[in-house]
This record gives sequence, C-alpha cells and structure tokens, in this order.
Amino acid sequence: MKGKKKFVGLIIYFILLVIPIYWMLNMSLRSNADILASFSLYPENLTFMNYRAIFTDPSWYMGYVNAILYVVLNTVISLGVALPAAYAFSRYQFVGDKQMFFWLLTNRMAPAAVFALPFFQLYSTFGLLDTHIAVALAHCLFNVPLAVWILEGFMSGVPREIDETAFIDGYSFPKFFITIFIPLIRAGVGVTAFFCFMFSWVELLLARTLTVTDAKPISAIMTRTISATGLDYGLLAAAGILTIVPGAAVIWFVRNHMAKGFALGRV
Amino acid sequence: MWVSVLGVRVSGDHFNLTRYGGLIMEKWPNNRAWLLVLPVFVIVAFSAIIPLMTVINYSVQDIFGPGQSVFVGTEWFGQMLGNERLHDALWRQFLFSGLVLLIEMPLGILIALAMPKKGWGVPASLVTIALPLLIPWNTIGTIWIIFTRPDIGLFGYGMNKLLGIPFDHTATSLDAWITVMLMEVWHWTPLVALLAYAGLRAIPEAYYQAARIDGASAWSTFLYIQLPKMRGVLTIAFLLRFMDSFLIYAEPFVLTGGGPGNATTFLSIYLVKIALLQFDLGPGGAFSLIYFVIVLLFSFIFYQALQRVGKGGTV
Repeated sequence: MKGKKKFVGLIIYFILLVIPIYWMLNMSLRSNADILASFSLYPENLTFMNYRAIFTDPSWYMGYVNAILYVVLNTVISLGVALPAAYAFSRYQFVGDKQMFFWLLTNRMAPAAVFALPFFQLYSTFGLLDTHIAVALAHCLFNVPLAVWILEGFMSGVPREIDETAFIDGYSFPKFFITIFIPLIRAGVGVTAFFCFMFSWVELLLARTLTVTDAKPISAIMTRTISATGLDYGLLAAAGILTIVPGAAVIWFVRNHMAKGFALGRV
Repeated sequence: MWVSVLGVRVSGDHFNLTRYGGLIMEKWPNNRAWLLVLPVFVIVAFSAIIPLMTVINYSVQDIFGPGQSVFVGTEWFGQMLGNERLHDALWRQFLFSGLVLLIEMPLGILIALAMPKKGWGVPASLVTIALPLLIPWNTIGTIWIIFTRPDIGLFGYGMNKLLGIPFDHTATSLDAWITVMLMEVWHWTPLVALLAYAGLRAIPEAYYQAARIDGASAWSTFLYIQLPKMRGVLTIAFLLRFMDSFLIYAEPFVLTGGGPGNATTFLSIYLVKIALLQFDLGPGGAFSLIYFVIVLLFSFIFYQALQRVGKGGTV
C-alpha cells in the first residue's frame, strides 16, 4: 500500500519533469506559422523543416561541434589535474592542506559574472580568445575544485592498507596510482567526469564572453538568433532539443556506472 | 531482549566506527604531497588569481580609457554599498535563494526516498531525473518561455484559457516570480534528489534490519538513521544549491530579462548590466568584490553550522 503511493508519486513527478521538454519537442516539429495559428497538444502537421534548417547551416551545427570540443577538453584537463591532487588531500597531511582545500572551494563560489570581463582581457592578452582551449581553461575554475572535492570523497573510502601493501610490494607511486588505485575508484572517476561534463556543457556566460565565431557554442548561437530572426519558435525549439541530445546520450552511457557510483554513496 | 540490545549495538557500532575511522584516517604527514597538488594550484590560480587581481584593480580606479585612470580609493565601494538598486537586488536574491532551499531540499529528499532501490527502475529513474541537469541553462530558459507563454505555451494557455486565471510572466511581477521559481525547482531539485539518493544507498542494510526488528516506524527510521547518515551529501547539496541559486544568471535572463521592471533582476543580472553592458569598470569591480565576499561569508557560515548540527544530532 505504502509502496504503491510512493510509486504513484514518483510517476507523477516524472511526468511533470518531462512535460516541459515534451512541449518543446512538440514545437520543434511544427512550422512557426502553424505554432502561432493554432494551439495543439501534438504536432498535427508534422514537419522536420526546423531540424533541416539547422543541419544544413554550418553557422548552426558548428555550434554543437564547438561545444562538444571544449567540454571534452575541459573534462580531460579537470580529471588529469584533480586525480593526483585529490589523492594528496585524502592521504597526506601537509602544510596548508586545509587552507588550500577551502581556497579551491571558494573558486566554485565565485560568480561567473564577476570573472567574465577579466577573463576576456586575460585571454585576449594570451591570444587565446575565440579558441576551444580558452573556454576549457575558464571552465576549470569551477570544475577542478568540484572534481577534487568529489574524488577526495571516493578516495577516502579506499582503505589505506591497500596503498601500504602496494608500496611494501615495491610499486612505485605512479605505477601504483595508475594500475591499482584508479581502477579501484573508477565509479568515482565516472561520476566526476559526468559532473565535469555537465557543468561545462550547461555554462553560458563565460563560453559566450570568450568566443566570437570560431569556438562559439550552440547555446550562445541560440541567444543571438532569437534577437536576429524575431523569435522563430519552431527553429528555437529545434535548436533547444538538439542541445539536450548530447547530455541525454551521456547519461544513457553512464547510467550503470552512475547507479554503481551512487550505490557507493559518494558523489 | 536481544532485539533492543541489537538496536543499541548498532548505534554503538556506528559511534565506534566513526571514532575508529577517525583513528585509521589519521593522515601521513608529508609535505611532498604539494607536488601532487601543484598542477591543480597552477591551473586554478591562472583562472582565479589573475582575474581577481584585475577586478581589485578596477575597483579602486576611475578608468576613462586605455592607460587613463585615476586612483579613487574606496569611492566605488561607498557608492555601491549605498546603491538602492543593489540593495533591492540583494534582498530579491536572498528571498530567491531562501525559497529555493526551502522547497528543493525537502522535495529532493522525498523523491530520493521514493526512488526504487534495485532492478531496472534504478537506471531508468536516474536517467529521467538527471535529464534537466544536462540541459544548457539558456535552453532551460527557452523551454520555460515556450511552456508558459499565454498564446502558445501549455502552462500559460491552460491557466488563461482553461482555468480562466490571467497569467503572463512578461506583464506581472508575481507571475514572473512564479515562473522563475517553477523553472528553478524543475531544474535543480533533481540534483538534491540524486545526492540524497546516493547518501541513502550508502546506508548498510544492517541498519534497516535493526530498525525493523526494533519495530521503528518509517518516520523514526528516517529521523534517526537515514537523515543523520545523509548528513555529508546533504551538506554538499545544500551548499551547492545555495551557491548556484545565489549566482543564477542565464535562466532568468533568458526567461524574463530581469523584468517586468526590475522584479526578477537578481545580483548577477544587475552586475552584468553594470560591468559588461554599461562598461562601468570601477563600480562593476567594487560590486563584484562585495558580491563575492557575501557568497563566501554565507557559504562558510552554513558549512560550519551544518557540520556542528551534524555532530550534535547523530544518534
């Protein structure tokens, strides 16, 4: 009886969660004239013209490529630097460790709006403006601290006897770290990669400020087009639906990993 | 008899475990660990310290053009601290973040409790719940524009035409607030739910068995086992939700543009207006620093308070 009530509640929540997305999907499959002419719960005159418009115009579809490029770059950099640092925080006591950890977290709290303008000047000084690496580096500001934070949690769950045994057995640190330790926390690495991907993929303000045309992400192209075309709802909805696809694909691929990572109780 | 003994033993075990845990987790002192932290330090410092210096530099100068500036000391800070519109934006921000935490934390925990624990339902609900989190922030705004417009949106149309309640988020402040809150709860409750779910899954089955044997009600199981055990992840969820709701920009900017009037002009929206659109670097810099300090201060207070509550409240 109780289980049933829970189940019904959860189903209702899931429906509420999906309805706004369904509504955008509905809009994306209708022409703009059709949308404005009549109200309908499903596309009566089904058309793919909005999607065709996006896939045939490089200024649209390159936006997706750009976004995916810097997101992947950011995830790789974040994990690469955060793994050893998280190990240090979870295993060693060193001068200024707590201060360093808190300082890292403060960067997670910094308003992106605060950094937008200085970032613009910093990256133009280094000639990195409008490149994928600029956005990837800028997103490290909030992703690296988060990655260290999450990974440290997972690593602290691994008993230190494992490290000690390995060192007694004559493993060097890099060999131990890569061949024994990282495989032990691969669920944690998966969860961390998921979060890095997520926060870099959804961020708009910095990505928009640091790019002009060559590395402009799709989300920024969307805002520009709203003002330019005077709101073509169908096209806007189609672009929006396409920005959901990569994220949905990522969740789909990591779903079992996620379930496992969550089962370990560390996020 | 041994039933209640078991109950006591479990809570006693927990106590010993944490203390034992505290003992074995005493870390190795080693300053060479800095070498492992160095890459993180370099990469974050590049993106954090240099821009922060720039902002501090702006905040104490009046800049007329390239190479032309005058040192003005704390003038911009004084001006910003006395700025009425900044005060309004700040109160609006506190109200918003307060409501966000008040709604999303209990709702997220409730959802986590209702989620299945095994079977195909686990990946299915994880995927569904995580979906809003992976949508770019301005697409979120776009979704809610399309969803709530009175002429084409399901929600707006339903309110106006079917229920007869006038609703237009571009015209009335209250409707704009309701829309932004709905969007925010829709968007971010999943994060709280996921974290709470992770915390729940980490509780060993033995605790539940002991509670069952003791005949504990669902409510006391929640209060004395689940809630204390979720303390860590809930702290993370609380802090993340506070920080991110306090820094919110893209979603309300796309949805309402800060309007109608200034009804939904939150701190970031106002800051971007000053620093990037009006290009008032000095006041913008001062505003940035004040903003940053407020976020830091509150996060620190919350962190300390939550840690203390957790220690005192664990059974």
